Amino acid sequence: MNEPKPMSDNAPVSPERRRFIGAATATAAGLTLVPGVMLIEVAHGRPDDQAASSAVRWGMLVDANQCATGCDDCVTACSTENGWTPVAESTHPTQAPQWIRKLELQDPLTQMETNLPMMCQHCAEPPCVDVCPTGASFKRADGIVLVNRHTCIGCRYCMMACPYKARSLVHESLNDTQKADVPRGIGCVESCTFCVQKVDRGDGTTACVEACTAAGHNALVFGDMNDPESEISKRLRELPTKQVRADLNLNLGVRYHGI
Amino acid sequence: MTRLLMVGAIVLTTAAVAWAGMEDDDEPRSGRVPRPVITEPIKGERCVEDEAYMRRNHMKLLDHHRDETVLRGIRTKKYSLKECINCHASEKTGSVATAKEDFCVSCHSYAAVRIDCFDCHSTKPQGPIAKYPPSAEPTHYKHEIDGGAQ
Repeated sequence: MNEPKPMSDNAPVSPERRRFIGAATATAAGLTLVPGVMLIEVAHGRPDDQAASSAVRWGMLVDANQCATGCDDCVTACSTENGWTPVAESTHPTQAPQWIRKLELQDPLTQMETNLPMMCQHCAEPPCVDVCPTGASFKRADGIVLVNRHTCIGCRYCMMACPYKARSLVHESLNDTQKADVPRGIGCVESCTFCVQKVDRGDGTTACVEACTAAGHNALVFGDMNDPESEISKRLRELPTKQVRADLNLNLGVRYHGI
Repeated sequence: MTRLLMVGAIVLTTAAVAWAGMEDDDEPRSGRVPRPVITEPIKGERCVEDEAYMRRNHMKLLDHHRDETVLRGIRTKKYSLKECINCHASEKTGSVATAKEDFCVSCHSYAAVRIDCFDCHSTKPQGPIAKYPPSAEPTHYKHEIDGGAQ
């Protein structure tokens, strides 16, 4: 009997076949109850009219061993995506907002150097939310810690409460230089948003992660920590990771390997 | 008696002419009180709601939608400020609040209502304005077709 030859792994897959497989997977992934309501929603493709869900917890893994000395692609990508002026180009560098910054650490005993990006750690128990007098600092259902600029009064309590120095105040008028997707303005505190505009769009990644991957360092992984099948969950299961200031018991959304 | 009637007729005619004159004066004047210039949107034929309703209630719709978006991550397009800007940005300045005649500013300066939306929000659509030709279909139409989802 002539068995049909199994298709080799290297065989090019035609776009039609790809589309068919995509459609078949999409149908299999969610059982349609009534039009528009799915029994199982795929976390990454949340529809526009659906609120962020606590079934998802967005998180990031930073592999400090892969993070290259002198590289600040993640910082540049963040500033481009979110429209904040890089510190070097700012007229007031000491006041310039920083959503993410590169740190170079050295062990005083062994002289060992470590590189890592530091940004909002998206705590499950965020101190910035505890201290906010107006409720402007809040944690979204999917674990992203944000500032509601409509209620922020710029008091900067959250900046003092944050153990990671992750937040900045916008001191000067931005004169309509904001990105359409990222409103930000004078007198409000801001910090890393895990690129919430991209996450809500369904990109499933952030600007810094994209830049790090594009540079070939692969030091950053972003994903849903509640989904055991996501890349970040798999990596977290395999690698020993640390939370910065774990003693504070804040259950961080950003985990570091190699520190 | 005839004289009285004639006087009456003259008074009435004058009043009628004056009345007609007032009726005719519908265009924006450059007099002491500047009227708002309401420019046609650069795309789409109608707004998400009636014009009269929008003039009175746009702030309520925007306020509600901003909380839904910021706090819950609901990003529907129908009442989103970004979509307002996409349609109403001026062809000249590419913005809704840069020049005096731009859509938001022209009414708000007339009504003497100061808005701080644009302290934080960009007044321009994302990308070049040419991206939105007058015939382009606004995104919020799609939502009506999809069953009026907000």
